[in-house]
Amino acid sequence: MPPYLRIGSEAVKTPPETTLDQLPVGESAAVAGVEASAEMAQRLEDLGFVPGTRVTVRRRAPLGDPRVYELRGSQLCLRDSEARAVKVARG
Amino acid sequence: MVRLGLVGSPNSGKTTLFNALTGLRARVGNYPGVTVERREGDAKIDGHALRVIDLPGTYSLSPLSPDEAVVSRVVNGEIPGVSPPDGLVVTVDACTIERSLALVAQALALGLPACVVVTMVDELHARGGELNLARLSSALGVPVVGVVGHRGVGLGELRRLLPHPEAWSRPPVPPPLAREDRRAWVESVLSAALVRRAGRSAVTEAIDRVVLHPLLGSLLFALVMVFFFQLIFAWATPAMDAIDAAIAALSSGARGVLPAGIVADFVADGVIAGVGSVIVFLPQILLLFTLLYFLEDVGYMARAAFVVDRLMGRIGLEGRAFVALLSSYACAVPGIMATRTIPSATQRLVTMLVAPLMTCSARLPVYALLIGAFVPAKQVLGPLGLQGLTLLGLYLLGALGAFAAAAILGRTLVKADAMPFYLELPPYRMPPAKLVLSQVWGAASRFLRRAGTIILAVSILLWVLLNFPRSEAPAGLDEARASAWAIEHSAGGRIGHALEPVLEPLGFDWKIGIGLVASLAAREVIVATLAQIYAATGDDDSSLREALANDRDPETGEKIYTPATVAALLVFFVFALQCMSTIATLARETNSWRWPAFAFLYLLLLAYGASFAAHRIVGALSA
Repeated sequence: MPPYLRIGSEAVKTPPETTLDQLPVGESAAVAGVEASAEMAQRLEDLGFVPGTRVTVRRRAPLGDPRVYELRGSQLCLRDSEARAVKVARG
Repeated sequence: MVRLGLVGSPNSGKTTLFNALTGLRARVGNYPGVTVERREGDAKIDGHALRVIDLPGTYSLSPLSPDEAVVSRVVNGEIPGVSPPDGLVVTVDACTIERSLALVAQALALGLPACVVVTMVDELHARGGELNLARLSSALGVPVVGVVGHRGVGLGELRRLLPHPEAWSRPPVPPPLAREDRRAWVESVLSAALVRRAGRSAVTEAIDRVVLHPLLGSLLFALVMVFFFQLIFAWATPAMDAIDAAIAALSSGARGVLPAGIVADFVADGVIAGVGSVIVFLPQILLLFTLLYFLEDVGYMARAAFVVDRLMGRIGLEGRAFVALLSSYACAVPGIMATRTIPSATQRLVTMLVAPLMTCSARLPVYALLIGAFVPAKQVLGPLGLQGLTLLGLYLLGALGAFAAAAILGRTLVKADAMPFYLELPPYRMPPAKLVLSQVWGAASRFLRRAGTIILAVSILLWVLLNFPRSEAPAGLDEARASAWAIEHSAGGRIGHALEPVLEPLGFDWKIGIGLVASLAAREVIVATLAQIYAATGDDDSSLREALANDRDPETGEKIYTPATVAALLVFFVFALQCMSTIATLARETNSWRWPAFAFLYLLLLAYGASFAAHRIVGALSA
């Protein structure tokens, strides 16, 4: 069942927000914002995690963490602890 | 002279451009007060003298690490004695221009004349992308040159541009600094200049399907690491043996020429042996760094760090620390130098501080002597012998010590920087051999000039300690006994005697004390020193083993080398930092004496404590 069909309410088409570490491998989403300490938020933005940017989860390491993300023409890997700071909107 | 600062993110082709402009004539030093390397090179273009300053790779001019801080301090003219450059050359990888424009915005906002060099334009085209450089230039308001650094494309145009930064066009309004505004600026530049973004690189995708495959990638990682280990542990050995042999020949040659006496001893055993103890590291350093820089430039090292990051994360380190620790199994000197690939200063320091705990090959002669002499060669657990198990136990003890120390130091002593963990996985690229070799030569020449001088000085100092003051040995002693007598009455011998009260709880006598003093030069030296003290003769260890096994306390008549003492001595060597080369390398790599002093002391305390515990436990078990 698609996530926007909720029982007892009308279908709302706003895509659900989640954090980057929750996104399954192979899926992509748009960056909605970064919630972290000022330095980390700034560095994630320097690396391209700017609102509106599309991010695709490409792979995970053999032990599950870290994972490789594709955005703005580059492949970056982040640990889940850092990816958690990136809010993304699916769809 | 026109001074130009080279700014760019890692993997943006900055070093290739630097080499292309300066022709490999880099002067390497350190910025005052920090560990960051300072690289400058001169170029002569149409009669204009240019100095190119290769600044550390950075994703941002708002610094999070010491390396990045240097970039912003240099370009802002905040480093005393280093005037700000006359112009900035910003390198941008054409394939990642969408991300790189944020750095360009920050660089242009500084107000210095600037130009942008777009690298890897050939790769962009191969991946179906298209970038309009003329429109990029008018959108940015500064000159833009597209180059393919290793093929020399675009370099002519760049060379005509570089000598005249005062004539470069400037943006009418500098790019905005506020985050929101900067995003809008980046988007507007992109919409003007980026006609089509690059697709995925087919080659990189195909290789990554294997290299980053959970199973195949792990296997490949293991294979590459075994190769690393083999390279410095086994394949460097013939070259090192050849150097040892050449030094020995040179040493005896000097004795043949010089009249016998103090001068001959000094030249042969002090100077020539000291120089030998420096250059004997070269085979390992050259081999390790050739492989390391090649794999780094090809793009594999980032992937290896990705594969192993989770394991290293458990002890508070990151994936890139793995190679450094693995190399330290051969020798901590190349291991510590290999930490340069770690961007976080904290992570790098912790890795350097624990690297000496990995069981290096210099410990093996000591372990072999003691295990051979005192651990019975009986079989336990099927094919496994007690001697082999003891050796394995010593390796494990060192590794466990390193992991524990990393976890503790990372949390307590070393102040964490705010650098989050991230790794860029660059597309695979075949680096020009010149690029790899110039980096390898840089590492080797730095070692020779900086650490080498300290190692030479200390080895001469230790030679003096063990040979002075000279006193006449009593008549009637044979040569071996006269030599034993001389070392006992040297300054080093007196230090050994003076240390006896401190070493007594570990079961060590003054002879071991002298051995420990001498082993500060290098761990394996204790074997030769003990042989000299016991007046052992013969080429193999057998007579020394016998002498050790039969040595008794002259007063009590008890054996010196009880099981407890042997265990304590082995454990001491697992932990103690008895290696001037490691200390010198630490001093040079951290650009201070504080961290090598700290490493020496914490490892000494650890060694003493663990050795004391081992003495007690084995003493109780064998009583």
